[in-house]
Amino acid sequence: MKRLVVTIGFFAVVAVAGLALLTNIMERKTEAKNPFFRVVELTDDTTDPEVWGKNFPLQYDAYKRTVDQVRTRYGGSEALPRTPTDVDPRSIVAQSKIEEDPRLKAMWAGYAFSKDFREERGHAHMLSDQRFTERQSVGQPGTCLNCHASMYSAYKQQGGGDLVAGFEKINKMPYEEAAKLVDHAVACIDCHDAGTMALRITRPAFMEGIAAYKTTQGIKDYDVNRDASRQEMRSYVCAQCHVEYYFKGSEKRLTYPWSNGIKAEEILAYYDEIAFKDWTHKDTGAAVLKAQHPEFEMWSQGIHARSGVACADCHMPYKREGAHKISDHHVRSPMLNINRACQTCHTVPEEELKSRVEIIQANTFETRNRAMDALMDLIADLKTAQDAGWSDAELAAARDFQRKAQFLVDFVEAENSTGFHAPQEAVRVLSQSIDYARKGQMALRAPGRKPSAPAVAKGG
Amino acid sequence: MTSKTLLIALLGVSSGLAIGVGAYTFVYAKGGSYLVNDPAACANCHIMQDQYNGWLKSGHRHVATCNDCHTPHALIPKYAVKAENGFWHSFYFTTGNYPDIIRARPVSRRITEDACRRCHSGITEAIAGPHFVSASAEAVSCIKCHREVGHPK
Repeated sequence: MKRLVVTIGFFAVVAVAGLALLTNIMERKTEAKNPFFRVVELTDDTTDPEVWGKNFPLQYDAYKRTVDQVRTRYGGSEALPRTPTDVDPRSIVAQSKIEEDPRLKAMWAGYAFSKDFREERGHAHMLSDQRFTERQSVGQPGTCLNCHASMYSAYKQQGGGDLVAGFEKINKMPYEEAAKLVDHAVACIDCHDAGTMALRITRPAFMEGIAAYKTTQGIKDYDVNRDASRQEMRSYVCAQCHVEYYFKGSEKRLTYPWSNGIKAEEILAYYDEIAFKDWTHKDTGAAVLKAQHPEFEMWSQGIHARSGVACADCHMPYKREGAHKISDHHVRSPMLNINRACQTCHTVPEEELKSRVEIIQANTFETRNRAMDALMDLIADLKTAQDAGWSDAELAAARDFQRKAQFLVDFVEAENSTGFHAPQEAVRVLSQSIDYARKGQMALRAPGRKPSAPAVAKGG
Repeated sequence: MTSKTLLIALLGVSSGLAIGVGAYTFVYAKGGSYLVNDPAACANCHIMQDQYNGWLKSGHRHVATCNDCHTPHALIPKYAVKAENGFWHSFYFTTGNYPDIIRARPVSRRITEDACRRCHSGITEAIAGPHFVSASAEAVSCIKCHREVGHPK
């Protein structure tokens, strides 16, 4: 009797398991037949990502998850509660970086970054985080929106169909006025052609910047949308924003300073040649620069770039959804997705891969702290000399060293990988920064016997 | 109706269901294709598509199929391994609880290692030397360095 019941149970389990397997196989087979359903028609004027999401629900679903806030060892953001106000309705923000490291405040004294600078959050937050940062109080131009909103349609409309004309027009507008022209954070149309879904560059500043950089390599008349390979595009679409930039002239034209090359000191040489400064340092009077998230430039110097690995390979790795293979549109740190991001190539256990990355980052962070301390020493010495009544001529050399040291340490600090994108390059740049900071101190020690600030050598 | 007759009826229903569903699933999922050596069968269910594509372009395509390297040579162990792998594949695909980038289990690696040494015995025996005992010895492993000969990844 008991044996009979057990046998019945066995058959029942087999039947249920068989049905589950059958259903699963049926679903996969159905999915494989129709890789995508065209529910709506997408045109070059369809801006709303939700409409694109009707045709591409898997990609859209992942894209929306960029709201997530997760910390990693050296990066990522933490969701902190905040009491909303009339001017800033955000109830959640990321941690403040200038409170975590007060040396940043001293480095940026006199600049808006010393007032409010928080850890960056995911793509979904880019527009609201820009609109409500206290840095807006200094009156920003419409140029800022280039990388914080879905601008393709706005540029096209304002330019009457001419992307570049619209770009030039919006750059000049006050931020508040320009912000009325946009509705979304970066969206599908900013990277994809609506007709073919192929990757496409939509930002004039990158088209011009990459052409200028290619010229330094002897490539004339480079048109990124015509000449780039698909694998290059899987980095270039990201490089439309994850780069060093400045606003050129009174037109506030967004410009990528790449005509000398894209290494840190080549960019610094470019700024020196045109005598550009972001602001005058409040405590020392030095004409200083702010480096901005140069991920593309740093990555370009690293082993992954040399091996042909694109941004998307690690930050948007391929994943399976049933029978479909898609790229993960939940753009995030590969440290939160090691299996797909790293193990496709590296057949090493996850924990080991994580440790390798953290060793690189710990070394970079330690060197970054040394460079930051050296810069603080120089700023303190400069301030003392200035208070003691040294003339501008006597301070000039040390101020120039501060400008160089500060830009180079900020180049690594602002870069969002704590050195991982190009470990040796990051430490090389930091070593230059430390050298300049200490040389700046020496320049203040012996008036009359000051070493003059050497011109930065092009090409390192 | 006694409880015994009820149970026997239940046995009939459940066994009929299990056999029926099993047979249908077997046919629908092209179960027969797994009993022979055609590598296309291994890519029936998407997961192995990359490996299959890689094999199609590899040198080993001319001399070895999936089974030559991933199942034992002898008949009974070969089908035992096929049955075991088939069960676990079905289990993981149905539950969905597996990573996108899959890695061979130690037992599977040993089978492949043995396969290398069977075909390339002339050179591997010379490398391993007279004191070599079994392929499970970690000292020297073909697939540690030559892991991409069958298919990249």
